Amino acid sequence: MGIEILGLPMMYYIAMVAKVLVAFVFVLLTVAYATYAERKIIGHMQVRLGPMRTGWHGLLQPIADGVKLFFKEEIIPSQASTFAYLLAPLVALIPAFITFAVIPFGGVIEVAGYKIPLQIASYFDTAAGRVFDINVGVLYILAMSSLGVYGIVLAGWASNSKYSLLGGLRASAQMISYELSAGLAIVSVFMLSGTLSLNEIVAQQSAYNGFNWFAFKQPLAAIMFFICSLAEINRTPFDLPEAETELVSGFCTEYSSMKYAMFFMAEYANMVTVCALTTTLFLGGWNGPMAIAIPLLGPVYFVAKVYFLMFVCMWIRATLPRYRYDQLMHLGWKVLLPLSLLNIVATGIIGYFIN
Amino acid sequence: METLFFLIITLVAIVSALLVVTCKNPINSALALVMTFFCLATYYVMLDAPFMAAVQVMVYAGAIMVLIVFTIMLLNIRVDATKRHSHKVVLGSIIGFFTLVNTAFIIMRSRVAMPNGPLTGEMIRQQGHTELIGREMFTTFLLPFEITSILLLVAIIGAVILAKKKL
Amino acid sequence: MLGAYLPILLLVIVAVLFGLVSIVLSSLIGQKKPSPVKLAPYESGCTPVGTARERFSIKFYLIAMLFILFDIEAVFLYPWAILYKKLGVFGLVEMGTFIVILFVGYIYVWKKGALEWE
Repeated sequence: MGIEILGLPMMYYIAMVAKVLVAFVFVLLTVAYATYAERKIIGHMQVRLGPMRTGWHGLLQPIADGVKLFFKEEIIPSQASTFAYLLAPLVALIPAFITFAVIPFGGVIEVAGYKIPLQIASYFDTAAGRVFDINVGVLYILAMSSLGVYGIVLAGWASNSKYSLLGGLRASAQMISYELSAGLAIVSVFMLSGTLSLNEIVAQQSAYNGFNWFAFKQPLAAIMFFICSLAEINRTPFDLPEAETELVSGFCTEYSSMKYAMFFMAEYANMVTVCALTTTLFLGGWNGPMAIAIPLLGPVYFVAKVYFLMFVCMWIRATLPRYRYDQLMHLGWKVLLPLSLLNIVATGIIGYFIN
Repeated sequence: METLFFLIITLVAIVSALLVVTCKNPINSALALVMTFFCLATYYVMLDAPFMAAVQVMVYAGAIMVLIVFTIMLLNIRVDATKRHSHKVVLGSIIGFFTLVNTAFIIMRSRVAMPNGPLTGEMIRQQGHTELIGREMFTTFLLPFEITSILLLVAIIGAVILAKKKL
Repeated sequence: MLGAYLPILLLVIVAVLFGLVSIVLSSLIGQKKPSPVKLAPYESGCTPVGTARERFSIKFYLIAMLFILFDIEAVFLYPWAILYKKLGVFGLVEMGTFIVILFVGYIYVWKKGALEWE
């Protein structure tokens, strides 16, 4: 088929660039409007209006915020370690924005006779007649999210300020503790799926009525994974690293202008990824009524589920107060960790009797 | 093309490995080490071993390096810009030179003498790397796997004894 | 194989470019009026006392060590989990032994109070 580069047809490269750019811009827009949605939703939950001034009902607020942050003064504290200080926002941002590469957001669509799977890191092999994606998709996500801790620990250390250092340390200890429980919580899903490829995990949940969702087979794992993920990305009620009342702004106290914005973009991008991963592992991914017959419906269902979970995150933020640090560590190490191990053992024994 | 990519990654790996030993700020050294681990993970991907690549990043870059960064921060090593340690350079370079000669000699002289094993790139792609590793680990290498748990147990106890003042 | 990994490379490049461009651009168009007080670390308006890089609690260090050990356990669990149905009862007993031995370590850590955050 036409010109081939490195054994892959030209259409593959066009599709690749299109998928990467569309997904990147989409996540970026979602991140921008998630900040708006969060302020609006929490505002209404607290019987306020939220942003109202810029545009109709404040719809242009994220753009105004972005422009404002671009024009802000850049401050590099005199005592800071400059290189690490400048690198930290990048280290936080990059893993957050490359994690979603393995998440399938739709089925296979056909453009000009070439089949394109709607998943960034995958391609359709015409010879084998199936989609090839990264065989260890979930591990890729876990590996990338384990790198997020560097951005925070670096920011805290490089700023050379007491609030930053304390915030950074707390954040990193919290993140690694909950990363562990999150990683263990999803093991039971793989025991049922028999694969780590996200594409196949979605395919296994493709029943019309949704009863094949892993959320019904592994409800405990689903809840634990979502809680651990909230803690790992420092969302309320686990937002101790940015506890305003005690640590000013935590690890990003000394940051200003776009560098500050990048930490926030990373946080919201992580939220998008976590919701997308929860959707994929537990809520059937892009599956839904008629999703296989009409391929363009897949992304719609996927985005709807992800936005619903993001709404839940914001709802939780409006509802729950913040944890205390010892309670946080207690929950992570003494409740969620043994519970997830127990869940694995229980799944193993029950699964043996069912088989 | 693959060779070119390999050369670029190798260049990055070597430069960041050199930065690990030449950076004056220990945190920057640690970051360079993380970069080196990344290059190693890329090698694993190119060798059709994605599970190893993911584990390399998860365990080395994501866990062990965090501990090292914590240690650097805990020890509060000051950035010493003026003092340069140059002791043992001669001895080190002699040892390094002989190691290099030794390695080069082994690589030049050795060749694959055994017949090819059953694991080919095609097979790994068909069955999946994780499955193959798992199958070997839970059948052929069962005893080493169980001994690993004892090793981890010892390490857990060691960590507690190191860090707790009164037991 | 290559087809699945090239997009990640492209995505990394896009993300790095996006980050670099926004940092450089904002530092170019933002105003700069540094003063010694502005560049001092923030301490709620007081004059900063001493350095921030003091020694901190060994707790964090212990958490990091325990994290490594349990993370390695998790890494062993993934290949087992996807083979769980094929290995049958044999695999279940194997991994059961592994988990029990590590659980002994976990109970030790708990009993020694290393998980307390006092």
